[in-house]
Amino acid sequence: MTDTPILDVRDLRVDIPLSRGTVHAVDGASFALRPGEALGLVGESGSGKSMTLRAILGLLPNPGRIVSGEVLFEGQDLASASAGRLREVRGASIGMIFQEPMTALNPVMRVGDQIAEGPLAHLGQSRSQARARALELMRKVGIPDPERRSHAYPHELSGGMRQRVMIAIALACEPRLMLCDEPTTALDVTIQDQILKLLLAMRRDFGVSVVFVTHDLAVVAQTCERVAVMYAGQVVETGTVEEVFRAPRHPYTLGLLRSVPRFDLKRQSLDSIPGQPPDLVLPPPGCRFHPRCRFAQDDCLTGEFPLRPLGAGSGRATACIHDDVCVADVSRNPVIANA
Amino acid sequence: MPEAPLLEVRDMRMQFVLSDSMLRRARRVTPEVLRAVDGVDLQIARGEALGLVGESGCGKSTLGRCIVGLYEPTGGEIRYEGEQLPVRRSRSQRRRMQMVFQDPYSSLNPRMTVRQVLSELLRVHNMVPRKAVDERCRELIDLVGLGPRALDAHPRNFSGGQRQRVSIARALALEPELLVADEPVSALDVSVQATVLNLLDDLRSKLGLTMLFIAHNMAVVRHVCDRVAVMYLGRIVETAPTEELFSNPRHPYTQGLLKAVPRLVPGHQSEAAAMEGDPPSPINVPSGCRFHTRCPIAQEVCHTDDPTLAANGGPHLAACHFAWTTAPPAHVPEVIAEAEAADASADPA
Repeated sequence: MTDTPILDVRDLRVDIPLSRGTVHAVDGASFALRPGEALGLVGESGSGKSMTLRAILGLLPNPGRIVSGEVLFEGQDLASASAGRLREVRGASIGMIFQEPMTALNPVMRVGDQIAEGPLAHLGQSRSQARARALELMRKVGIPDPERRSHAYPHELSGGMRQRVMIAIALACEPRLMLCDEPTTALDVTIQDQILKLLLAMRRDFGVSVVFVTHDLAVVAQTCERVAVMYAGQVVETGTVEEVFRAPRHPYTLGLLRSVPRFDLKRQSLDSIPGQPPDLVLPPPGCRFHPRCRFAQDDCLTGEFPLRPLGAGSGRATACIHDDVCVADVSRNPVIANA
Repeated sequence: MPEAPLLEVRDMRMQFVLSDSMLRRARRVTPEVLRAVDGVDLQIARGEALGLVGESGCGKSTLGRCIVGLYEPTGGEIRYEGEQLPVRRSRSQRRRMQMVFQDPYSSLNPRMTVRQVLSELLRVHNMVPRKAVDERCRELIDLVGLGPRALDAHPRNFSGGQRQRVSIARALALEPELLVADEPVSALDVSVQATVLNLLDDLRSKLGLTMLFIAHNMAVVRHVCDRVAVMYLGRIVETAPTEELFSNPRHPYTQGLLKAVPRLVPGHQSEAAAMEGDPPSPINVPSGCRFHTRCPIAQEVCHTDDPTLAANGGPHLAACHFAWTTAPPAHVPEVIAEAEAADASADPA
């Protein structure tokens, strides 16, 4: 049972037709999430991580659409599901947390009512039941004085409190999967720390599986068991956080890890990845990372570079065909010192 | 101190009056006052890179803007090379302090090419003879690592990192002595962040710049700065040389800030949050020590007495009643100790 993934995204493709051409925002992304697990989806801006998350729920911005691929949630394909079916799933079995609580929350509705909306709509609870549920959730997510705060409007709350409200809304129907899109990016580091700790506690208490989209590798290190690294619309490396962070097998992952200003290491010149992410209207042929890759060789310039499993059944995979160069590089100079 | 600091700020205050109106005045309702900067003393030595960190709303950007003269402070004084700067600064006084802003998307004029931006500055300030303006533009754009073709492009043609390079070139056009960089990399992706940070570091050694580096990311500050000042609700609560601050933080706020930074090393996590609660509003600053509402070691005295920045016979200052009397409290991040151990093991490599 534990081996059947709760979410299985297979070869997902999302196109956004624009006047200057079609943007292949997600271009054959695949990853799986086992029940109870937290998966970090990381990459630079424009790598397609948020689009992937939105595609799962059928919340793509116009005119974006899924062109092919499957999104299997508990075995059911959401990519081809009807709008009505998606509405049943959203908020009930799958909860969502967005980056900007101020734009994601309804500004003219009291937060208590917003939390109670889910139980009212999906669980068939009465008003008083739903209200009691809202207060209970507010207490659980650490909002002081929930009786009074439930009457507040979003603008009356601080950024951290608003994000707590978002979490309460996401958890209101006891979803089995929670999708978080940069939930702490807009917050201060102290508040981010509070929210991350809260999410960890909620995962434990509710046994919910989580997909965590972020650009911050350290946040992934602290919250997720598994990680999928995205570049130019594709997943280029997956595995457990432990494996991927300590022994990356894709030059992009390695470059990202090396460019993070490290809090725990003394001052030194930072490594960086030269160049910029490719234009997704016309991505480079061959491996999409080759124009920026310091290990690129001739055979990187043409052909397809699908995820290649490393060891059967481990879920560890890389799209790089010269991944041994990363291994050699890391053995010379570890990414994380106390390996 | 062997030499007078390049810049000295004494008891600076910046208040913004909110919700004042004729009606309120007629009713004798006292206007609400937001005390963004509330008595800051700060010195920056020539050639130094000083980091200014704190949560959003602590007044760090306001302080930076007061220093370069974008705001007129409501109190205190700014001394530059020992001389007090007047409220209306002369052109040459303005020239010597320049600023790089956080958002490279809104801080460049979208209708001007890079050449127009740079040459306007060079002409207005008579930086070089008219005939040499073009040559100087090329030098500047080369200095920040962009090719000469960039000169005829508009900001919209650049990525975020490139725009930030243009902003830096603009600041450097006036050959400033002090560069105030207000969160110059927080709008950028990590891989690009690194290149801009390295550029700032190079420029600093190449041009002998003095820098005030405003940031909320402690890791970034550790990479760039010689000394760090921690700000909380309009006040500096701790300042020390960078390594000293990171290895031996004495103010409970600094300790909490450091503990809250997520680490790249997988799996280090304590259950409890590093710091509870939200920062109080700068409209309603708590009595006594302004941190006491969130402080894990607050005592009776902290509710009534406002601690001043005090040293322990060195360059390390902290504004806490217990900074130097008690051993660092038990909650001082064990992670820091571990990181130090990791440092030690990484050093020979």
